[in-house]
Amino acid sequence: MKREGKKLIWDEYQKEIADDNYFYVRSCVRQNFFPGAEKTFLRYMKELGRNVFENPSHTTCSGIGYHSDIVPFETAMTMVARQFALMSEAGYENFVTSCITSFGLYSEVLETWHHFPEIEEKTRVHLKNATGREFNKPKNLAHASDVTFRLRKEIAKAGKYRLVNQITGNPIRVVEHIGCHYSRMFPSKGVGGAEYPYVLVGMIEEWGGEVIDYPERRHCCGFGFRQYLVKANRGYSISASKKKFDSMKPYKPELILTNCPGCPMFLDRWQYTISEMEGTTYGENSQGIPVMTYEELAGLILGYDPWDLGLQVHQVPVEPLMDKIGIPYDPEKKFLDKDGNFMGKPNSPAFLKFY
Amino acid sequence: MIDFGYTLTRDRQLDYDRGDFRFLRIVRAMEPSLDVCIGCGSCTATCSAGHFTGFNIRKLHTLIQRGDNETIKAELKKCMFCGKCQLVCPRGVNLRNLILAMNRAIEQLG
Amino acid sequence: MKQSVIVIGGGISGMTAAGILALQGLDVTLLEKETAIGGHVAHWDRLFPDRKKASEVLDFAMEGLKKVKLVTGVTISGISKHDDGFTVSTSLQDAGCGMQDANTTQLPPAADHDSLFTASAILLATGFDLFEARKKEEYGYGIYNNVITSADLEKNFKSGKAILTHEGKVPGRIGIVHCVGSRDEKVGNLYCSKVCCVTGVKQAIELKELYPASEVFNFYMDLRMFDRHFEELYYEAQQKWGVSFIRGRLSECSENPDGSIILKTEDTLTGSPLKMTVDLLVLLTGFVPAQSAKTICSMLDLKTGSDGFVNPADSHTKNNLSGINGVFLAGAVKGPVSIQEAIADARAAAALLAGYIKSTLVND
Repeated sequence: MKREGKKLIWDEYQKEIADDNYFYVRSCVRQNFFPGAEKTFLRYMKELGRNVFENPSHTTCSGIGYHSDIVPFETAMTMVARQFALMSEAGYENFVTSCITSFGLYSEVLETWHHFPEIEEKTRVHLKNATGREFNKPKNLAHASDVTFRLRKEIAKAGKYRLVNQITGNPIRVVEHIGCHYSRMFPSKGVGGAEYPYVLVGMIEEWGGEVIDYPERRHCCGFGFRQYLVKANRGYSISASKKKFDSMKPYKPELILTNCPGCPMFLDRWQYTISEMEGTTYGENSQGIPVMTYEELAGLILGYDPWDLGLQVHQVPVEPLMDKIGIPYDPEKKFLDKDGNFMGKPNSPAFLKFY
Repeated sequence: MIDFGYTLTRDRQLDYDRGDFRFLRIVRAMEPSLDVCIGCGSCTATCSAGHFTGFNIRKLHTLIQRGDNETIKAELKKCMFCGKCQLVCPRGVNLRNLILAMNRAIEQLG
Repeated sequence: MKQSVIVIGGGISGMTAAGILALQGLDVTLLEKETAIGGHVAHWDRLFPDRKKASEVLDFAMEGLKKVKLVTGVTISGISKHDDGFTVSTSLQDAGCGMQDANTTQLPPAADHDSLFTASAILLATGFDLFEARKKEEYGYGIYNNVITSADLEKNFKSGKAILTHEGKVPGRIGIVHCVGSRDEKVGNLYCSKVCCVTGVKQAIELKELYPASEVFNFYMDLRMFDRHFEELYYEAQQKWGVSFIRGRLSECSENPDGSIILKTEDTLTGSPLKMTVDLLVLLTGFVPAQSAKTICSMLDLKTGSDGFVNPADSHTKNNLSGINGVFLAGAVKGPVSIQEAIADARAAAALLAGYIKSTLVND
């Protein structure tokens, strides 16, 4: 592997990412999948002195319905226009999305309007008729992972831990997986392009880890909307994830890092399901490979309490990774809610090692 | 094991690295002209069996070279051994002998 | 007065045409941007279909250049047309710009660097550039150590160095990928580069000669064996050398922990996705319009097609004419050609150009 070769490609896919004053829109599913991730983003943004504004009346972008063929594009564009209206009304110009599919949809809508101004005009009329609102298009559109990428050095500097095995001194071996709607639709809109995306690689390297490039790196995580949403199709979804696990296993990854709502969900949960279907696990000693969002990882690096990050709801336990890095955690508090009440504890899986 | 209501799907990607080429070696030794096929499909177009069954001699010829012998074992019986395939082959592949060679390989390897 | 001609481009087309024009008694100046003449042929070892040494072809072309004034290491900075011909101004290439190679043909001495040249006619033989393989990001050229181009392989053949993997091993399995940068809308090149197919077959044979025990696979979409003896070479590759041909275009590749390359393609003849590990991957890079020709085209207001190559005045009857009086075209400036075709085309262009000058003299 020649790093210089990748660097040449990365240099060609630079994108502008605003440095401050962001209007933040949430994902409609992430708070169920990885409940601490968005909260953690807001926390470190604040600690790094950045202004992030949220309007509680913002909605889903409708991307999940759009990509599942139940929301027409015209409707999706009008929903997007309303989000932009909320941003404009609050006096912001930098739009930041939590979700990759939202980011893809916003990019797609802006690109459509760029090429077909008459469609933008029509959307303006629809929004005006439906809500009485008007909007400006954002000056800068970024995904929250872009923003975190931009701040990766500041996070490393403020951080308490590095992605290094404290016993061996070796860097933690990390597999990165980028959401399809991040740069596969518009390679120029993603840091590093579509073939060798740099957005997560940059964070991993800055925080001390080592990135693993394995053969099925570009293969689907297994979400794929239609593969998963219909139960009869889920065999495809889990088989796609399994293909990735089988391919990465020889490289002994210690962490999978993601920037999409769907990828961590499926790469995490399907490890359990595969273990229950055929007894296969992919980490050392019947452990799984921990799967994290970039916000959770940034939170760990910054020394936040793992249970505040929501790591207790991961299907694959993150404890082995924290032990390697030397991050302290209190097992007694794992299943306590925010008020300190016991939430109940899940049953142990048959094969996957549980903590 | 838990029944989730869906199952893992078999990966249908041909993995060349895991191919079984013992079969190919026997067939190639008996009929070296197998190597000059250009995949034109004339053989399959004229095949007496292929019009009424799924028999596709052009495809079987390719599959041996990928180390996938199971399909061949299942399919080969369908050949009627009429030899029309050999008459039309533009590269002069000796297809009748090739089929004989495949049968021999099945006999030898089981 | 002896009439003068400027040939722009010192590749095989320009060299051939310059030689013929000198034979006709014309005063010929050959301008070349590199520090040595010979063009792409100078970097090639053996040529299809008969495996002739490229150096012999160059030596032959060089023979004709004894009376030609060679000016190398210059770029064209301006061309002006006037009543009795053209004035071409040149500037020295920046130091280090030329792809100097120890193996290129030795330059005849006395290549001085006049900056202004006048001539009655210009022959444009600016050739082509090789497609930059790095642009097919998913093929990993410049990223994976064991991915090389056909031009890299040829340089290795020429230098006589052993063809080994980056890890220093004899490659047990080698993949050769056709149509890299050609027939590919994604890189903006819809056209076929024509010579890669037969080059792939030739290089496959050469690799098998070198390593009889290694497996060689060519991944192709169509095999375009368009000229005499090409199909026979393909037959020889299969029959004598056991080269395998898989009809399927490389979709993407990745690197295994040991540095070998894992390929993903469809085996279209069985209808299955296929993966295969190779120790060495060779990308057959195609032709793209020469960057240097672009500025010259704009100076002369020459028309290019949607593929970026220069359009001749008529593709059948005036295929060496540019449509501008006194400007002639030869070789790959008009699109992909084999060396055989380039030589024939250069001779045709030279004949027309000589006729043009002589008829001008008669008219005067």
